[in-house]
Amino acid sequence: MRRILLLLVPLAALSGCAFSGGGEDAPKTVTLVTHDSWAMDKGVIAAFEKKTGYRVRTVASGDAGALVNKLVLTKSDPIGDAVYGIDNTFASRAVDAGVLADHTASLPTSAEAFRPSGEAAQQLTPIDYGDVCMNVDNAWYTAHHQTPPATLDDLTKPAYKDQLVVPGPPTSSPGLAFLLTTIAAKGDAWPTYWKALLANGLKVDSGWTEAYETDFTAGGGKGDRPIVLSYASSIPDTIAKGGTTPTTSALLDTCFRQVEYAGVLKGAEHPKIAAELVDFMLTNAFQKQLPSQMYVYPAVTTTALPTEWARWAKVATKPYAIPAEEIAQERTTWLRQWRDLATQ
Amino acid sequence: MTWRRSSTALLAAVPVAVLAVFFVYPVVGMVGRGFVVDGRFAPDDVLAVLARPRTLRVLWFTVWSAGLATLVCVLAGVPLAWALHRLSFPGRRLLRGLVLVPFVLPTVVVGVAFGQLLAPAGWLGFLHLQGTAVAIVLALAFFNVSVVVRTVGSFWEDLDVRREEAAAALGATPWQVLRTVTLPTLLPGVVGAATVVFLFCSTSFGVVLTMGGLRYANVETEIYLLTTQELDLRGAAALSVLQLLVLTALLALAHLTGRAVPVDRVRARPRRPRRGDLLALGWSALVVAALLLPMLALVVRSLATAGGGWTLEHYRALGHVSAALPASALTGLSNSAQIALVATALSMLLGVAVAGLVTRPGGGRWRSVLDGAFMLPLGVSAVTLGFGFLVTLDHPPLDLRASPWLVPIAQAMVALPLVVRTVAPVLRAVDDRQRQAAASLGAGPLRVLLTVDLAVAWRPLLAAAGFAFAVSLGEFGATSFVVRETTPTLPVLIYRLISRPDAGDVGTALAASVVLAVATALVMLCVERVRP
Repeated sequence: MRRILLLLVPLAALSGCAFSGGGEDAPKTVTLVTHDSWAMDKGVIAAFEKKTGYRVRTVASGDAGALVNKLVLTKSDPIGDAVYGIDNTFASRAVDAGVLADHTASLPTSAEAFRPSGEAAQQLTPIDYGDVCMNVDNAWYTAHHQTPPATLDDLTKPAYKDQLVVPGPPTSSPGLAFLLTTIAAKGDAWPTYWKALLANGLKVDSGWTEAYETDFTAGGGKGDRPIVLSYASSIPDTIAKGGTTPTTSALLDTCFRQVEYAGVLKGAEHPKIAAELVDFMLTNAFQKQLPSQMYVYPAVTTTALPTEWARWAKVATKPYAIPAEEIAQERTTWLRQWRDLATQ
Repeated sequence: MTWRRSSTALLAAVPVAVLAVFFVYPVVGMVGRGFVVDGRFAPDDVLAVLARPRTLRVLWFTVWSAGLATLVCVLAGVPLAWALHRLSFPGRRLLRGLVLVPFVLPTVVVGVAFGQLLAPAGWLGFLHLQGTAVAIVLALAFFNVSVVVRTVGSFWEDLDVRREEAAAALGATPWQVLRTVTLPTLLPGVVGAATVVFLFCSTSFGVVLTMGGLRYANVETEIYLLTTQELDLRGAAALSVLQLLVLTALLALAHLTGRAVPVDRVRARPRRPRRGDLLALGWSALVVAALLLPMLALVVRSLATAGGGWTLEHYRALGHVSAALPASALTGLSNSAQIALVATALSMLLGVAVAGLVTRPGGGRWRSVLDGAFMLPLGVSAVTLGFGFLVTLDHPPLDLRASPWLVPIAQAMVALPLVVRTVAPVLRAVDDRQRQAAASLGAGPLRVLLTVDLAVAWRPLLAAAGFAFAVSLGEFGATSFVVRETTPTLPVLIYRLISRPDAGDVGTALAASVVLAVATALVMLCVERVRP
C-alpha cells in the first residue's frame, strides 16, 4: 500500500495546473465560438487583445453543422459573444433561428461578392472562402499512361472506374459541398448522376481524412484511388520536398464555393467587443494569415497570397452555387434522399 | 441500528446525487426537448419516429454488430485473461499494459491504422475487408478486448484454486475442471465484462462511420447525425429512448445469470506454462498479434513521409504550439494526465461505494435498480449527454458549462460502470459471515467496507483504478463537449490535428497517438509493478 502512496504523491502535486486556470477567465474576456478547424496566429490575436484590453477565449464546437446547432440550442443563454465559421450551407438555419444580433463589418469592395442575401446580410460578415473541387493525382496518371478526367461527366465514364473517393455528404462539410455541386449541375437529375457514380465504383468515406489520407494515391496512405474530393488549396501541399511543381491538380470545373461568416451572438455579454472582433477579422493582419492558418482564401480578395498559393492554388472562375435559403429549406430532404440511394 | 441505516443511506446518497446531476438531469433535459413541440408535450410524434422502418433496420444492425463484437471479445479475451493473469512468464506485465492500449486510442486514429492494413494495397488488402461490416466488428473488438482481459483477469486472479485442485484430485481431466468448476465460477465476471463491452460497442459511432464508410448506421450514428446535422431533436429523442430500452433489457438479462458462490479465498500463485497449456497459449499469442498489428501500422505511418521515406519530423513537431492548436501535444498529454487523475479518484470513490452497496446481501430489488442505474452512462449517447450539458448546466447553482471540473466529472461517469463491474463481482464473492462478524463486533457499514471488503478487493481495486485512468485518457465523446480551450486533452488535440487538410498535421496526429499509446502502456506497467 505504501508504494501506491509513493506513486500518487508526485502525480497529485502535478495535478494543480489543469484546474487552476479558472481565475483568469473571470473579467474582461470576449468569447468566440468557432468550428473545430479554427486556427490563427497568436500574434494577430494578441494585437487585438492589446488594442481592446479584452482577452479572446475561443470555444471550438464541432464542425459547421454542430456549431450552428449548438448555437440554436443554447440561444436563451449563449455560449459566447461572437461566432466564426458559420458557412453558406448553414447560414440560413442560424439566421432563421434568431441566434445572431444585427451587426456587419463594412465590407471592402473586393469582398462585396461574398455578402449573403436576405436577412443574413444584416447579421453575417463574410471572412473567407474556399473551393471544394476534385483533385487528381497527375503522377499516377502519367505512370499509368492515362489521361486524368476533367469534368463531372468524365467521372461516370468506364475509363475512371474505381478511381474516385469522396467524403460523405452527411458527415463531412466538403462532402455536403459536393452533393450541392451535383444538385447545382444536374438539377432534379442529381440522383441519376449519383447512381452512375456508384455504379462506376465510387467509394464514400466518412470524412476528409479517410478519403484523402487513406484512399487517395497521393495522400500518404496506401490508397489506390487517383481522384479525390478535396479543396483547390490542397494542391500546393503535394509539392515534394526539393521539388517545384505539385503532383496533383484541381479540376476547376467541378467546384462548389464555401463562404465562411462571422457574426455577433444575440444576448452576448460583451456585444461591443464582439462587434469589434468581427470587424477585426477583415483587417489585413487577420486576412493575410487565413491561407496558412486555415487553408482558406481571404474574402478581401486584394489580400496578398503566399507565393505557392498564388502560383498553384487557383480558384474556380465559375464555381457552382445554390442560394442559402434553398439549401436551408431542402438540406434534410436532399440528405435523406442521398442516404436512401447511397447507403443500405 | 438507525445510525447504521442512515450511514448506509449516506453512502448511497452521494453517488446517486452525482448521477442525478451530471447524467440524468442533462439527458432528460435534452431528450425532453424532443418531446416538447412548441411548448406542448407531444409523445406521439416521438413514437412515430420509432415506427419508421429505418429505425428498425438501424436497431437491428446495432444489436447484431455489437453482439458479434462482444462474442469476439469474449472468445479472444478470456483465454488471454487466463494467460496474462494466471501464468507467470517474462514480459507478461508489459503485455498486460500493451493490451490496454487500443482502448485509449482515438477512433479516427484507429481508422487510419486499419486503413493502412485493409486498403487494397495494404498489408491485409488481400482479405478485401475494407468498408465491410466485418471490418466494423473487428475494429469494435480491437477497441474492447482489453475490457474482457482486464475485468475477467482480475476476477480470475482471485479465484479460489482449491476447488479446481479438488476436482483434479478426484480424477477430472483439465477440460472437465474448466467446464464444471472454473467457468461456472467465472461466469459473473464474464457476464459483467460482456455487458460493458456490448454497451461500448452499441454506443460507438466513430468506428461505424470510419470503418463502414457511411454504408452502415447504428443507433448512435443516427443520433449523432440527427442532432449535429439535421437538428431533428424528436428523432434523436426517440432513439435515445430506444437506447434506454435496449439497455434495460440487457441488464435484466445479465441479472438472470448466476450469482457468485461465497468462497474462502486462497489465491493461486501464477504458475509457469506447461505443455498442456500450448493450445490456449497459441490462441493468446494470436490475439496479441492481432492487437499489435494495427498499432504497428500506426507507428510505421507516423514515421513515414509522403514520398515514401522515413522521418522523425512528426515527433519533433509534438513539442511545438502550432496555430491550429491551443497547446502542444506534450501539454495536451500533461493536461490529460492531470484530468485523468482527478477522474480516476472520483470514479473510484463513487464506484467503490456503489459496488459496496449493490453487493450487500438482502438489499432486494432496489439493489439491482441501483446496479443498473450506474450502467446508464455507458448505454446512452455521448452526443445526447454532451448537448444535455450545454442546455441544462447553464444557470446557478449549476452554472458549470465553463467549469474545469466538468471534464473529469464527465469522464468519471463513463469510468464508473467499469469500476463497479470490476469490483462488485469480487465483493459479491466475499463471505458475508465475515461482514456479519465485523458488524456484530460493532463496526459500522463504512468500517466493514474498509476492513473486510477492501482487504480482499484491493487488488481488483487497483486494476479498476488503472482502467478508470485509461478510460479518462482516451475519452473523447463527452469530453469534446465540455473541454476548455485553455486545457485541451490529448485526444481532443489529436482529433483537431487529424481533421486539418494538411499531410504534416496528420503525421503529427499519428505521432501524438503513438505517444498517447506509450504513455498508457507505461502507466499500466507502473500499476502492474505496484501489484505484488
